[in-house]
Amino acid sequence: MHEITLTVNGTVRQARVPARRLLSDCLRHDLGLTGTHVGCEHGVCGCCTVLLDGEPVRSCLTFAVTVDGREITTVEGLAAPDGTLSPVQRAFAECHGLQCGFCTPGFLCTVTALLRENPAPTRQEVVEGVSGNLCRCTGYQNIVASVHRAAEIMAEESPTSEQTGENEENEGRVRRS
Amino acid sequence: MTTKLFGEPVRRREDPRLLTGQGRYVDDLGAGSLEAAFVRSPYAHARIRDIDVSAAVEVDGLVAIYTWEDLPGALAQPLPLLIPHPALTHGRTAYPLAREIVRHVGEPVVMVVARDRYLAEDACALIEVDYEVLAPVVGVEEAIASDRLVHADVPGNVGAHLVQEVPSADGLGARQAIDAAPHTLSFRLDIERSASMPLEGRGVHARWDADDRSLRVHSSTQTSTSVRMAIAAKLGLPLPQVEVIAPDVGGGFGVKIMHPWPEEVLVPWAAITLGHEVKWTEDRREHFVSSAHERAQVQTVRVGFDDEGRVLGLDVEILHDHGAYTPYGIIVPIITATQLLGPYRIGAYRVEFSSVYTNTVQVTPYRGAGRPQGVFCMERTMDHIAEYLGADRTAVRAANFIQPDEFPYDQGLIFQDGRPLIYDSGDYPESLRMLKELIGWDAFGELKARAAAEGRTVGIGIGCYVEGTGVGPYEGGHVQITSDGRVHVSTGLTSQGQGHETVFAQIAATELGVPMERVSVVTGDTRRFGYAVGTFASRAAVMSGNAIALACRKVREKALRIAADALEADPRDLEIVDGEVRVAGSPGAAIPLSTVAVLSNPLRYAFDEEAARATQFAGASSFDRPPVAEGEEPGLEGRDYYSPIRSTFASGMHAAIVETDPLTAEIRILRYAVVHDCGNLINPMIVEGQIHGGVAQGVGGALYEKMVYDGHGQLLNASFMDFLMPYATEVPVVETAHLETPSPLNPLGIKGAGEAGVIPVSAVIASAIEDAEGIRIDRMPISPSDLFALRGTASG
Repeated sequence: MHEITLTVNGTVRQARVPARRLLSDCLRHDLGLTGTHVGCEHGVCGCCTVLLDGEPVRSCLTFAVTVDGREITTVEGLAAPDGTLSPVQRAFAECHGLQCGFCTPGFLCTVTALLRENPAPTRQEVVEGVSGNLCRCTGYQNIVASVHRAAEIMAEESPTSEQTGENEENEGRVRRS
Repeated sequence: MTTKLFGEPVRRREDPRLLTGQGRYVDDLGAGSLEAAFVRSPYAHARIRDIDVSAAVEVDGLVAIYTWEDLPGALAQPLPLLIPHPALTHGRTAYPLAREIVRHVGEPVVMVVARDRYLAEDACALIEVDYEVLAPVVGVEEAIASDRLVHADVPGNVGAHLVQEVPSADGLGARQAIDAAPHTLSFRLDIERSASMPLEGRGVHARWDADDRSLRVHSSTQTSTSVRMAIAAKLGLPLPQVEVIAPDVGGGFGVKIMHPWPEEVLVPWAAITLGHEVKWTEDRREHFVSSAHERAQVQTVRVGFDDEGRVLGLDVEILHDHGAYTPYGIIVPIITATQLLGPYRIGAYRVEFSSVYTNTVQVTPYRGAGRPQGVFCMERTMDHIAEYLGADRTAVRAANFIQPDEFPYDQGLIFQDGRPLIYDSGDYPESLRMLKELIGWDAFGELKARAAAEGRTVGIGIGCYVEGTGVGPYEGGHVQITSDGRVHVSTGLTSQGQGHETVFAQIAATELGVPMERVSVVTGDTRRFGYAVGTFASRAAVMSGNAIALACRKVREKALRIAADALEADPRDLEIVDGEVRVAGSPGAAIPLSTVAVLSNPLRYAFDEEAARATQFAGASSFDRPPVAEGEEPGLEGRDYYSPIRSTFASGMHAAIVETDPLTAEIRILRYAVVHDCGNLINPMIVEGQIHGGVAQGVGGALYEKMVYDGHGQLLNASFMDFLMPYATEVPVVETAHLETPSPLNPLGIKGAGEAGVIPVSAVIASAIEDAEGIRIDRMPISPSDLFALRGTASG
């Protein structure tokens, strides 16, 4: 057994885990953060995606002991401390970007990182950006719309948005009718 | 009016919890539970000679190991055959744990319970099962031809055989009508296996309360009420001591209507036996090899038609692969056989199917449930007729359509619910007109020529379907308004992402005239509503939606009666607006529903101020009447059921434009258009979402997904690495248009929408590829390699 310390959603958490404990199981069952889901346990579906030091990783392909001392954000940590949903979360609700909700935490983490890297992606960039996550319910159309809408919300809420005005042009944008 | 919510694209109330990680799926429950894992057969067909657990018992944290021999009473009997049918002469179901023979890879043999799943799997790995390997039967044609048997007592491997025949108006049988027709064609069609493949697999958590001898089970199921009855029956428990709850469920798509799964009875039994909570969560490989698949059929078609392409006779023989067992009966081939006719008036029809055993995973409904196969057959037939006659494919379809003035239209068949297949309403010519406009059908020739000039190959395809939705027998709804003004709605059927909490709240808010925020909805919890059938066959909105509307109408009537008394008004002059009962046109005279709820329940005890108003000494009640009037009940609540005379028939038409790569044979969908008619829309945003998701699954089935079994009955692609489900990169943008032909059968005029999107996709894509390539496409799914090979055959 190994003592590990993780900073999860800004809180320092400790766990005693065997070396083979998957990060997904550690988060879900040792730390009680069941928002991270497990859909395939072989790194394909993306349901278990969390942010490790800000970068999306498959928590089902990561041993918990290998991330000792690192910082992790799960779906439970995406909203603001006062509970206000993040732009990505709001956009998914607005655009009906989820149905059963099982794949959703993985998409939210992936998209959060995607938009941080590229705040105004084209349609093709969005489709590529979420192409590591499976969804069996939505057919992706509203997920893609959600990502564009999230970019829009972030641009609107960014203090510098008036100077750049970059949310206005962006070719390939999909808007919900 | 603020409360008219029916028909509005209201945002989903499920979303806040699901977006913040606060959803509760089965594996999120029961922290500290013992966990189960299963030893499953590695062979498709084998006899169990011995099970040696001696090494496994050394595993630290092991709690129990069970084989078939440990199972008591009814649990040791085969699992139920849920839907018997006279044609299913040789129905067979599995034991919860294999008894002597295993008949597919993945069949459960040993259940292990340990402190956690890791340890349970450690123990599983140390259990040695000695098998005598038997020769397996794989594929329908081998099943029919082979002298090897899946079940020793099922001759020819045929579980069911059914012929249905509808003669022509002048009394000709289909075969006579075909022989007499000016033109005839015959061909063969093949459809491969796919599967529902929800991202959350199955899962069961059971808690036994030894003090009051009650069992609470959470299962990722599409029918908690029926799982409850199955558990009570299998474990010999009184029904009131068993409760089953479907919590948040991560997708179903049909596979979770199958029940009781072995695990659904074994896990509760272990929880009782061990006196400890037990949980089992299916992993992905288990889902591939031990849940259920669907689709695989071989169809032989003969059709006779006239110069206009009108079908005078249609004769279809279907070989249906139902896998190793038939727990869900023969619903899938029955639906194929009956829904095959689509929006068409066919001269004479004969359909014969044989449903056969193979040593593969059992087949139970997957979204569409036999319809995609039937539509593939009918729509391929229409395309082949058009090709033969040199006619436009839409013209041949139009020549066969049932006309709007012909409803109700009796197809002369018996549907899956055992009731007549009578279409209630529809407008197929208008639907086709809208589709042609949406996709630009008539202008496609120019587009194709332009593309050809650039060296590109494009094609357009079409597919039409009619879908029987909202099958009975019934669903119910319960509505209670409490003294805080809250409205509590419950229904027994379950949810797997369809947004039922939202649409049922829309219905209740509209019917009762209350703000939607005051309405809460519970589904799939037997503690709240015990009578239900389940969520399948695009039935939830039709069945529970109408039941809830009817229950609301009862409550509304009662509220008006009580309020009329209090306001000294005539109930007919009252309306409910924003949760307040008021005299229409007289704004001053009003009483909130919360107060009506108080008045409905004359109490002795005043536990708060609201209740104080209802105690028998408050207010001036009449001494001539009992506090609860004769024929009344305390409380502002109502329960009602909706039980339809027969199914309601939704319909739709899809078209696609595809491009095929001249060199690599890669297939790309350039455009995808859907015209959809599900009667009145409760929430257009949610209906659109259902269509998008259905089309995506259809694209998977048309181009990517198949279960690849080798000759030994091994499923070679039992992982998401190898079973190719579409990502965002593979699914086209779906363009939709809605036609609303209300159903005359139910109070809300609605039809089901859940399965629609998936149904015609294989037919549409085959039609489009055929148009692009000029090569017959009679087998789905089709990969670039398949298309490449077809090109070789066609040119060689």
